[in-house]
Amino acid sequence: MKKATPINKDIPEQAYDRIYKQAMQRQEAFLSVPGPRIHIGTATCGIAAGALETRSAFEEALAQRNIDAQIHTVGCFGHCYAEPVVIIDHPDSGFPPIFYPEVTSAKAKMLTTLFLQEGDPRFEHILGATVANEMIPSIMDFARFNQEKRVVMEKCGQIDPENIDEYIASDGYSALAKSLQRDSVEIIDLVKKSGLRGRGGAGFPTGLKWEFTQNEQDNETIVVCNADEGDPGAYMDRTILESNPHQILEGMVICGYATGARRGIIYVRAEYPLAVKLVTHAVEQARAYSILGQSVLNTDFAFDIEIFQGSGAFVCGEETALIRSMEGHRGAPRYRPPYPAQKGLHNLPTVINNVKTFACIAPIVNKGAQWFRTIGTKQSPGTAIFSVVGSVVHAGLVEIPMGVTLRTLIFDICGGIPDNKQFKAVQIGGPSGGCLPAEFLDTPIDFDSLTEAGAMMGSGGMVVMDEDSCMVDVARFFLDFTQKESCGKCTFCRIGTHQLLNILARLTRGEGREGDIDLLDDFSVDIKNGSLCGLGKTAPNPVLTSLRYFKDEYIAHINEKCCPGMACRTLTAFYIELDQCARGCDLCEACCPVEAVFTTSNRKKGIDQALCVKCGECQVACPPDYDAVRKVSPAALVPVIEHTG
Amino acid sequence: MKETTDANEAALLQDARKRLETFAKERGNLIPILQMVQEKLAYLPSPALAMVAEYLGMTASDVYGVATFYNQFRFQPPGRNPIKVCLGTACYVKGGDIILENFERKLKIREGDTTPDREFSVERVACVGCCALAPVAVAGETLHGHMQPSKVEGLVLRIRMETQKKEKEADEKSNSD
Repeated sequence: MKKATPINKDIPEQAYDRIYKQAMQRQEAFLSVPGPRIHIGTATCGIAAGALETRSAFEEALAQRNIDAQIHTVGCFGHCYAEPVVIIDHPDSGFPPIFYPEVTSAKAKMLTTLFLQEGDPRFEHILGATVANEMIPSIMDFARFNQEKRVVMEKCGQIDPENIDEYIASDGYSALAKSLQRDSVEIIDLVKKSGLRGRGGAGFPTGLKWEFTQNEQDNETIVVCNADEGDPGAYMDRTILESNPHQILEGMVICGYATGARRGIIYVRAEYPLAVKLVTHAVEQARAYSILGQSVLNTDFAFDIEIFQGSGAFVCGEETALIRSMEGHRGAPRYRPPYPAQKGLHNLPTVINNVKTFACIAPIVNKGAQWFRTIGTKQSPGTAIFSVVGSVVHAGLVEIPMGVTLRTLIFDICGGIPDNKQFKAVQIGGPSGGCLPAEFLDTPIDFDSLTEAGAMMGSGGMVVMDEDSCMVDVARFFLDFTQKESCGKCTFCRIGTHQLLNILARLTRGEGREGDIDLLDDFSVDIKNGSLCGLGKTAPNPVLTSLRYFKDEYIAHINEKCCPGMACRTLTAFYIELDQCARGCDLCEACCPVEAVFTTSNRKKGIDQALCVKCGECQVACPPDYDAVRKVSPAALVPVIEHTG
Repeated sequence: MKETTDANEAALLQDARKRLETFAKERGNLIPILQMVQEKLAYLPSPALAMVAEYLGMTASDVYGVATFYNQFRFQPPGRNPIKVCLGTACYVKGGDIILENFERKLKIREGDTTPDREFSVERVACVGCCALAPVAVAGETLHGHMQPSKVEGLVLRIRMETQKKEKEADEKSNSD
């Protein structure tokens, strides 16, 4: 068994003490500057919503009015519905730090004048105060905040991801210092006892994985962090890398120490330019602080991390494919065993863990295995992070203890379905997961319960769908994705997904045939059995679950050429109810991108079905008072309106 | 016009050739090398692939096989105003495909192509990570949330006008110089 050489306990502790004191001094210097502080979330999602414009608006307004305030850029809070998020801490005003949602540049200028200068916090724009107080309700009074349990994302949105001192000042890297004083076997034991399961989706016990590499004698181990997030609806790995990269580095160094590795690699998607930049920066800072390099915290343990940019292939989330791609080949998975823990990159034992798994390590070392076990369920301790999107009021990243039910997550924490619509299904786990109907809302969220229901934890993507979604079309969407992303190695996956997609595409076009449902079922089972890796084995899940729970929709598509969700465009049509279109306005005609709307002789409108692309713009444009545009399925129900004049 | 672009490209290729020397001749460096070349040239023309193959001692078909496997690599020059339409799950559910179709129709090109004047290119991307703003399109560096089919025409028009304005200003500047 490989064991790290015993280390003089004082060395890492002293080294850590030094950098901690230094960080604290800088932190105190920052905090002792009088005047207001403005925290702006500037991860990709915030930037997308305009956080950079907001920041320059603040800078400009502050300069104009000669106000001394510090702007502090932080990572992402996870509250995407509220982006750009700004927290203003203005002690002189007498108010506690206040959380403002949707701060556009205009709002930034307004707040600078009215709040920072005149002391009026503008209550109508406030979401809440970040601490309990007697003037403003605290954000912790809302379910979206108080029902979360943050372990991985604890510091996300609190600290500046580009400043290592802020991480250290909040006890960052103390777990590393503690780990270096222990025996490597002890650390693996601790991770095993915590019951931590791989957060990449499959849920393999992390401690066991680490132990496997330890059993591989002589050979040097490589630690790989899998940040190749490929699910088209999940982005938590990116957010964590952009908001708190050091927590991942810390987990990797501890893993390196426990498994006897000298080399760590972060495999991050090149499509995440900001994450790549911030992680690279974090690695440089960690080197400068001797947290990485020839002697980690002055001990004789050497460990360094490099960044490998993945080129965007969903299958590379599979560990053997990921290794192939790092070796400069097409990312095709191979048969296991040997597992990467035995023979991985360049045939060396390789530990591959997900971003969230590494992020769990430092809290476990700091607070103990028992503490971790108190969160979540017995079989799945800890928390789960979901990106909850789609038809839901408070979309964004949510970290909850395992075992919370879907109902709590969707309705209590995320505010339910907007626009008074009905909940129809929730798609969990992206292209590998499945759609669960309302009956499953009381399913607890953990690795095993979700798999039992036919979905899976997978990437943590969660798309909530209301009554306007078509399950057949959603299945087609995911199959279209997996079909394109199949590496082509296994015949069943390569050709099977193609055939599945063809059938589903036919159904959504109203060309379904009798026997299609059985065919879908047969193919799905065959693909599951005949594929080597997780991609093929799970690709039919969206079809299988929607067939199981929404069979009536498939039957409607085949027998009646009708799409109950009115989403399949070939099966739906728009027309204008002449009785209600009586005012001679031109809104629908003006907004139509293909000029399909025409005016009849009595100044009412009609839609030329041959030209219409069914984008639904006219329905949006039609004033609610008239509400004259109708959507029907099947398309044959549309009344004929003649061009006259 | 075409000749100047070609000359420009040849110069960039030369640049990339020099940068190649900083990489060890190992197959494991293939993807980082391709990324570097694409960063220089914005796409991977066949001379570039041949150059990489020669440097690493691989066959051109092998390099091409790897490059085409990954979504990141493109083999056609992108437009000066690349338009990316998000077709992540949330955007799709909210009608992202209709937005994409509108861009294709307005620009008269298919997804993945570039207009003949190299002004625009349209592609679909998986999740840009702002699902709360769905459906989303990214024009150049600017993100446009809550897209609607009727906004497409205006957006294309606005970009065209801005380009014209810039060209005009540049012209005037060079004339006055």
